[in-house]
Amino acid sequence: MPTLTLIQAITDALRTEMRKNPDVVLFGEDVGRNGGVFRATDGLQAEFGEERVFDTPLSESGIIGAAVGMALYGMRPVPEIQFLDFIYPAFDQIVSELAKMRYRSGGQYATPVVIRTPYGGGIKGGHYHSQSTEAYFTHTAGLKVVVPSDPYDAKGLLIQSMRQDDPVLFLEPKALYRKAKGEVPDGDYVVPFGQAKVRRAGTDMTLVAWGAMVGVCLEAARRAEDDGISCEVLDLRTLVPLDEAALLESVKKTGRMIVVHEAQRTSGFGGELAAIVAEKALEHLEAPILRVTGFDTPFPYTLEEVYMPDADRVLRAVLKLHRYES
Amino acid sequence: MSDPGRDVDREAGLALLHMMLRIRRMEEKSAELYSAEKIRGFLHLYIGEEACAAGVMRELRPDDAVVATYREHGHALAKGMSMRAIMAEMFGKVTGCSRGRGGSMHLFDAATRFCGGNAIVGGHLPLAVGLGLADAMLRRPRVTVCFFGEGAVAEGEFHEAMNLAALWRLPVLFCCENNLYAMGTALARSESEVDLVRKAEAYRVPAAAVDGMDALAVGAAARRALEHVRAGEGPYFLELRTFRFRPHSMFDPELYRNRAEVDRWRERDPIALLEGRLRAAGHLTDEARARLERDVEAEVADAVAFAEASPLEPEGELDRFVHAEVRA
Repeated sequence: MPTLTLIQAITDALRTEMRKNPDVVLFGEDVGRNGGVFRATDGLQAEFGEERVFDTPLSESGIIGAAVGMALYGMRPVPEIQFLDFIYPAFDQIVSELAKMRYRSGGQYATPVVIRTPYGGGIKGGHYHSQSTEAYFTHTAGLKVVVPSDPYDAKGLLIQSMRQDDPVLFLEPKALYRKAKGEVPDGDYVVPFGQAKVRRAGTDMTLVAWGAMVGVCLEAARRAEDDGISCEVLDLRTLVPLDEAALLESVKKTGRMIVVHEAQRTSGFGGELAAIVAEKALEHLEAPILRVTGFDTPFPYTLEEVYMPDADRVLRAVLKLHRYES
Repeated sequence: MSDPGRDVDREAGLALLHMMLRIRRMEEKSAELYSAEKIRGFLHLYIGEEACAAGVMRELRPDDAVVATYREHGHALAKGMSMRAIMAEMFGKVTGCSRGRGGSMHLFDAATRFCGGNAIVGGHLPLAVGLGLADAMLRRPRVTVCFFGEGAVAEGEFHEAMNLAALWRLPVLFCCENNLYAMGTALARSESEVDLVRKAEAYRVPAAAVDGMDALAVGAAARRALEHVRAGEGPYFLELRTFRFRPHSMFDPELYRNRAEVDRWRERDPIALLEGRLRAAGHLTDEARARLERDVEAEVADAVAFAEASPLEPEGELDRFVHAEVRA
């Protein structure tokens, strides 16, 4: 089985599905001739031609709006937004048009669009090349929100995204594009939505994460083992749909939970997870739910390492939670 | 501008008169039903602007798509949607064209390729680009017609959509219904350039302005525009100069325009205008006019009765169509 980086796995997924489904078309800023700012669409215009892989002006609203129109006619547009931080000019198109078309039209029109976009910090991108604002989108009914954490999942989840009859926001952890390497099968396979994965089994507490924070949690869990603490690491993989059963099962088993996300703390998706556990598994909790997150500030350039949760911060939370006695 | 001596095509003229009357009477009735609280929420009437939808839509083929604004009852009817489906939607009944989910501002009908009323000003312009792009890529000889008001011209989405449609030479007809007021803000108070044709031309989109109170003139202009679009020459921009006789919505005290201005425009009522020309040409007798009125009245009564008798969407369906339904 070939070993690919996460970005190579994404290219592989696009190529695999485009060979299979002629309705899939890619477009965005510099995705055609230039192969994308991160090279995600490298070589695809050469293989599939300028009609199926094309460049657009810097018009995020136009890009997403055009994708919505194409999808109404049964095409499967996969627009790229160059950075998640650049998506806001298209926010109206995503929230008002893309996400709600099926509902508004009483089920007459579907919008099977996959928006691919790099998210997250760790590359010294500063304010507007670093943010992790998945919660804006999990808060929008009608959208599915997917965040892979390794190359295998990136390919399988992206192919699965392109087969949804619903719009998908596919968030790519850009810090892992070349850092994450792993075995990726050739050809076609999918990773189903709504199935979280236990990345490491444990008994003392559950660390819940997605995307680039999964690796951070795994490192913290390895180090916690030295202190005799057994951490389970749950990778959600898709935030919408959420694998609530897996979350509750893990927390009921361990009795303790830490949510780790890059996004700022207030109204982050971690708050939603904590609420679900409080509503449905309170009697199983042996300690308060902790959050290790970004801070309620704009994303900083110089102090990026302070802002981003790392294994040290997660480990401190693990030790604190372990010491807690009711 | 009306010229009673000019030749009027009998069939076209009578069809346009019939369509405009259908829109007018349906909307007059809906205003009444709004006061009776049968129709709730927001209601934006098209009364005065009927020649625009009727004139353009008569030139379309069934396969052509339309995307429109929140003032779209007339467009939906003229595109071929049944009055029953529109009225039931306004009532919020499950037999409405969108299952009663959206009401007045959210009419959808896949069968007549009506891709939505839209309550976000300018939000549907990029969508029209996408429909046109799909048609171009799939080599289908169709046109997408996008209606919007002059207020939308101030939105960024107008400019992105014009640029993309022109850049990619897409089969889209942009119909700007310039009724002079974006709710309460006059065009000159919101635009540095009030000649909308020039805005389109800045994107190298051929453009024309036409008297939007004259259904025959609108039809002729739409025909010319559609010839250009169907020939694969890219988009076209048509400015329809019109006026709404009623307030923006049912809550509008109309402090931004005076009675005299409204009265001046009312003298150019598109229905009266066309009717006068048909009579002058000998195409319309009192008897035929009365018959037309009776037919429309019966249709409106039938639509209202249908809407009244229809059920609401069951409570259990609140979360249907958020996502695709799982295939059995």
